[in-house]
Amino acid sequence: MSAKQNILNKLRKSLTGTTPVPDNFDEVLVTEPWTYAPEQRIPQLRKLMEAVHTEIHLSTEQDWPALLAQLVTDRQLPSLLIAPTTPHGQKVTDHWAQNPALPALKAYDRPVEEWKTELFNDTPASLTTTLGAIAATGSLIMWPTPEEPRLMSLVPPVHFALLKASEIRDNFYQVQREMNWAAGMPTNALLVSGPSKTADIEQILAYGAHGPKDLIVLILEDA
Amino acid sequence: MNASTLIPTVTVEEDFRERAHEALGDVQLRNNFRSAMDSLMTKRAVAFSDAHEREHLRALGNAIRARALSKLPDLLERLEANLTRNGVQVHWAETVDEANEIVISIARRRAAKQVIKGKSMVSEEMEMNHVLGAQGIECLESDMGEYIVQLDNEKPSHIIMPAIHKNAGQVADLFHEKLGVEYTKDVDQLIQIGRRVLRQKFFEADIGVSGVNFAVAETGTLLLVENEGNGRMSTTVPPVHIAVTGIEKVVENLRDVVPLVSLLTRSALGQPITTYVNMISGPRKPGELDGPEEVHLVLLDNGRSQAFADSELRQTLNCIRCGACMNHCPVYTRIGGHAYGEVYPGPIGAIITPHMVGLAKVPDHPSASSLCGACGEVCPVKIPIPALLRRLREENVKAPGTSPRIMRGQGSKYSRKERLIWNMWAKLNSSPALYRVFLKAATRLRGLTPNNVGPWTQNHSAPKPAARSLHDMAREHLAKKSGDQ
Repeated sequence: MSAKQNILNKLRKSLTGTTPVPDNFDEVLVTEPWTYAPEQRIPQLRKLMEAVHTEIHLSTEQDWPALLAQLVTDRQLPSLLIAPTTPHGQKVTDHWAQNPALPALKAYDRPVEEWKTELFNDTPASLTTTLGAIAATGSLIMWPTPEEPRLMSLVPPVHFALLKASEIRDNFYQVQREMNWAAGMPTNALLVSGPSKTADIEQILAYGAHGPKDLIVLILEDA
Repeated sequence: MNASTLIPTVTVEEDFRERAHEALGDVQLRNNFRSAMDSLMTKRAVAFSDAHEREHLRALGNAIRARALSKLPDLLERLEANLTRNGVQVHWAETVDEANEIVISIARRRAAKQVIKGKSMVSEEMEMNHVLGAQGIECLESDMGEYIVQLDNEKPSHIIMPAIHKNAGQVADLFHEKLGVEYTKDVDQLIQIGRRVLRQKFFEADIGVSGVNFAVAETGTLLLVENEGNGRMSTTVPPVHIAVTGIEKVVENLRDVVPLVSLLTRSALGQPITTYVNMISGPRKPGELDGPEEVHLVLLDNGRSQAFADSELRQTLNCIRCGACMNHCPVYTRIGGHAYGEVYPGPIGAIITPHMVGLAKVPDHPSASSLCGACGEVCPVKIPIPALLRRLREENVKAPGTSPRIMRGQGSKYSRKERLIWNMWAKLNSSPALYRVFLKAATRLRGLTPNNVGPWTQNHSAPKPAARSLHDMAREHLAKKSGDQ
């Protein structure tokens, strides 16, 4: 018999005569302590994310490309990776086109195998969007897509993320329910709550372990 | 790095008592653990500042795990069906050897030479680094702590903080010696060295291996929590991702992970959430530009079904591997993780290891506890660890041939002499006449009690019966009282 059958048979035999424990999930426990007034969501998110070294800037739908260009320039980043076919990627391209002195734009527009070396060794920064955020834990929600792939928010040492203020929700439970995650999950879904970090040596916190060293969030207050 | 340097060479020839004794004499080790555990306990306490919320959440965590276990076979089948629908290949293994065979056959098919591993305790059960190394496949740890202990040919001493037994100076020496880098004790610089070395390995690796924190049956999703990003790297960059996990890690619904993740990260590290919560539901789909082409899940039994068979011991499988029980354990804090000599140290190790390796191999583990109760009190899923330790002590001394047989290696500490003494003790205490005779003898002959009574007198003065028994004095007192009235 197969390992699967052996395991399942053993488990089933052990459960003979028992009834399953009823599902009495108390959603109040995971929502009520983690609910905020609308004007509190940005401060709450900000407090938690800044506590773990995230840089946060408030901006608007109109102004963020200019702010992004400023931040990229200030940090002397030689290039910025974008997802060219997304609406925000398009906006960046437009802004950059009007300002030819800005650092180069790179497009993630082909399978990683075709440019893996460049991605790892010569891609200092990236911009992605988010699906929103969670105020309770200070987390960005990301569902990478074919247009904006998974490694964009992972390999480049500096990660810029766009967040619409209207998409900041209270807690993870609410996110799952309102976005109906149980009906189907993408290849990869992520909660990102700061730049990568570790405390594996003497419990001393160090940032920039394996993922981005810097996470910079642009919150669009009017979006 | 060649294969032979990858083989962990920690010698564990002495028994647990000797290792514990040695650890107690190691001042550096004790200081490293004491300060780390104190800080982890404080962080947890701060993260659960509202006791009311904490206790309700623990009760919910317990209920979710109990519900999952109460339908475990059905949920495993549902998980497999949904993962398969998502394109993930699911494998089942009863033993660590079978699990290793599965991994090796995938590696062979892919002609893999290099494997990069995110943190996975199940892969430690499998001794995957060693097994793949013997096949000529480099299997490198990428969690900073795991990387440090692997570089020093050691094993993790804590399930969350693998290198907690080392201080920065020791890591500095190690990196200087093994990697040939300039000596530095600066933790930021040490981490940057690790990042640089391992980035290249992520880039080159043919296969990424990870563990699983929760496997969601409802959606066919593997959820991993981590801070470093090595878990995301291991599961996204290499062309193949193999996740290995115990059969108990499944939960029914996606919403179940909301309280469990909160309990896990707050109990383990005092963090409201880890930097990354990585939810993987399949390999790269047509049109997607990155992610592994193949995703595999290996479901490992390795003794778990034995714990599952007994309704009390089954609670062991509630565990979500936060490590809070070890952080709060006075024994673990003093002897550290290596003294246990097995993959899982501390209180959870003492109750899970006997199912994996047989009680006869770790007969002293259930006794490595003062039964202070701290582990049970902090457990986020309310495993009654002290009760299970007592239960294993009973299984440990069961007479040979006792049926039903509960676990492999039971009765390994059975002694006819000890059983006889206990039987006599029971008889003595249940027969008033006999007890009176005994008391009389004990008080009258008190001068004859030996000064050396085995292990007891190694650390204590020998017990001497009093001249008069409490019974005797109470009787006299009561007689006097009634005479006064």
